[in-house]
Amino acid sequence: MRSVGSIEGCVPPTERFTPQQYIAPDGSFDPTKVAALGIPREQLLKLYRGMLLIRIIDERMLTLQRQGRISFYGEARGQEAAVVGTAAAFGPSDYVLPALREAGVALYRGLPLQSYIAQIYGNSNDLTKGRQMPCHPGNRASRYVTMSSCIATQLPHAVGIAMAAKIKHDPIVVAGYMGDGATSEGDFHVALNFAAVFRAPVVFICQNNQWAISTPVTGQTASPTMAHKAMGYGIPALRVDGNDVLACYAATKEAAAYARAGGGPIFVEALTYRVSAHSTSDDPSRYRDESVTAVWKNERDPLARFRHFLRVIGALSEGVDAALHEAIEAEIKSAVVTEEAAGPPLLQTLIEDVFAKPTAALREQLAEVAAALPSRPQH
Amino acid sequence: MPVYNIIQAVNDALRIEMRKNGNIVVLGEDVGNFGGVFRATSGLQEEFGKERVMDTPLAEAGIIGSAIGMALYGLRPVAEIQFSDFIFPAFDQIVNELAKFRYRSGGEYPAPMVIRTPYGGGIRGGHYHSQSPEAYFAHTPGLKIVIPSSPYDAKGLLLSAMREEDPILFMEPKRIYRAARGEVPEGEYTIPIGQAKVVRPGKGVTVLCYGAMLHTVLEAVEKQGAGEFDPEVIDLRTLVPLDTDTILESVRKTGRVVIVYEAPKTCGFGAELSAIIAEKALLHLEAPIARVAGLDTPFPYTLEMEYLPSPERVAKAIAETARF
Repeated sequence: MRSVGSIEGCVPPTERFTPQQYIAPDGSFDPTKVAALGIPREQLLKLYRGMLLIRIIDERMLTLQRQGRISFYGEARGQEAAVVGTAAAFGPSDYVLPALREAGVALYRGLPLQSYIAQIYGNSNDLTKGRQMPCHPGNRASRYVTMSSCIATQLPHAVGIAMAAKIKHDPIVVAGYMGDGATSEGDFHVALNFAAVFRAPVVFICQNNQWAISTPVTGQTASPTMAHKAMGYGIPALRVDGNDVLACYAATKEAAAYARAGGGPIFVEALTYRVSAHSTSDDPSRYRDESVTAVWKNERDPLARFRHFLRVIGALSEGVDAALHEAIEAEIKSAVVTEEAAGPPLLQTLIEDVFAKPTAALREQLAEVAAALPSRPQH
Repeated sequence: MPVYNIIQAVNDALRIEMRKNGNIVVLGEDVGNFGGVFRATSGLQEEFGKERVMDTPLAEAGIIGSAIGMALYGLRPVAEIQFSDFIFPAFDQIVNELAKFRYRSGGEYPAPMVIRTPYGGGIRGGHYHSQSPEAYFAHTPGLKIVIPSSPYDAKGLLLSAMREEDPILFMEPKRIYRAARGEVPEGEYTIPIGQAKVVRPGKGVTVLCYGAMLHTVLEAVEKQGAGEFDPEVIDLRTLVPLDTDTILESVRKTGRVVIVYEAPKTCGFGAELSAIIAEKALLHLEAPIARVAGLDTPFPYTLEMEYLPSPERVAKAIAETARF
């Protein structure tokens, strides 16, 4: 009897290729290698601001949720480098199909903070009319497509947009984001397969944060890396340290250029860690060893790492950093005051956008609801 | 005027609209090089090329999911699901994504597109080439559902569907794909979505049906003696949005209703029709509402003609309702 793994000609899929890295967790870096990236200082500061914005918004929203002022929140804590580093690699004409932890991508692409917070409150200022839970922003101007809460369903859309752009000869690329859990869904496989067959210009970005609520990545797949799955579909894959913003940016930029040049789809796996809970409805201490989390949180924090780097190269003084903090805090505070005061969407929005025009049946149903709400002002 | 069957009418509509609107693309399994297993997309790839008529990998979720992306970008995809029995791998994409995109994005991201799919029994297709899954989709807000019963309607309704701003599920009754033949005007014409058609005016009993069942009903009326009860036969043509006015006007006139559909009886679209009539015209009714439908079983193979509403069953229901 053959022993396992000894079949002649069989290649065991065990090789793990090392994630690309520019700044080590201890903050050390190779100046020549970093300089070769040629990122101007303003851009470095923009990356930092994008990351800091996520960190502060998340903290503030978490507090609001605990105070019972918003219903739900899903943080991206510890993943700010993967979010912003990848976002920075795309242009304004490119499309983004996000998953849960990419709100920072929307903000980086210009979704107004006010708009983001209005969506969290689901109020009358919410562009999406209070239709979804918090953390589901989306707007056409930023080409950031409104997600559902379903996992991996956005990936075939990313492929379709890319196919359409290719048909129209528009030189855009599409960012299709997902978490590690999404790689188990059928839509993930369908999307990668379609993208490869049609050579669609999609950059698939997997934020492998190693947890899907309570399921660790080892319970999600026997594949040694997420990148291996892409290769199975004939799609080249990169692997980066997801807590190193420069690595995320450099790899994704290269990937986007590859897709834009007609190479077809490409896959970027950003290895990171979900240091927070899945959402405000979750308690990770019930299912995982939080001492491991502490290591990621304290020793591999992407924001601290990048801040240290910027300090060392002299791009960020303490004063500038403090001023940045203060400005972001003030902007959030002001947005929260405004959005908390805004009322709910008008009752009539209940039946808008089901179709381009409400049907007679919908108008009748709305009238029935309205008739039973005498105390509420009708519009 | 040319005489077409439904397949030819569908093909004609696609060709006309593709010539007119460069944003129309067709995608699905075997739709390109082969022209579709029923030949509905025959010759389109030859004329419009592989970019606009795409043979896809065998994955319904991919067909619908990528078509949604194309629609988001501004194309007007017409996706084919080879048999509606195979639509379920794409169920999530249709129900949770396509149907909700405009709503969940507050109108930022509408996704107008057409899904064409042959449905229905009577072709010796067994469980998986015979089902009528319209009720699952009629239960989903955000989808319009169109079911033609003739070549003339198929062409006019499909041309309308490709110009709609909403997602359309266009279900083609494959049992009468070739059997239903009729004159079809050349060139463009449209039939509005949401309008039922009174196929046979009458005063005795309102008979509501759609798709292949129209022909079963007409046979009951013309050959099984149900004509003596002066039925008013209405072909719904669109299930969503439903032409409630035409239905209720007829029911108020006749006071008697028979509903014919080939899907399983329980929670089938006929149940909704029955509820609407009970809500809005109960005092006009002179008899219980009758439903002639498929059985609450998986779709059978050998006994499929016993399972499907037959002209005899329909004639009997009309007679009983008329005499009640």
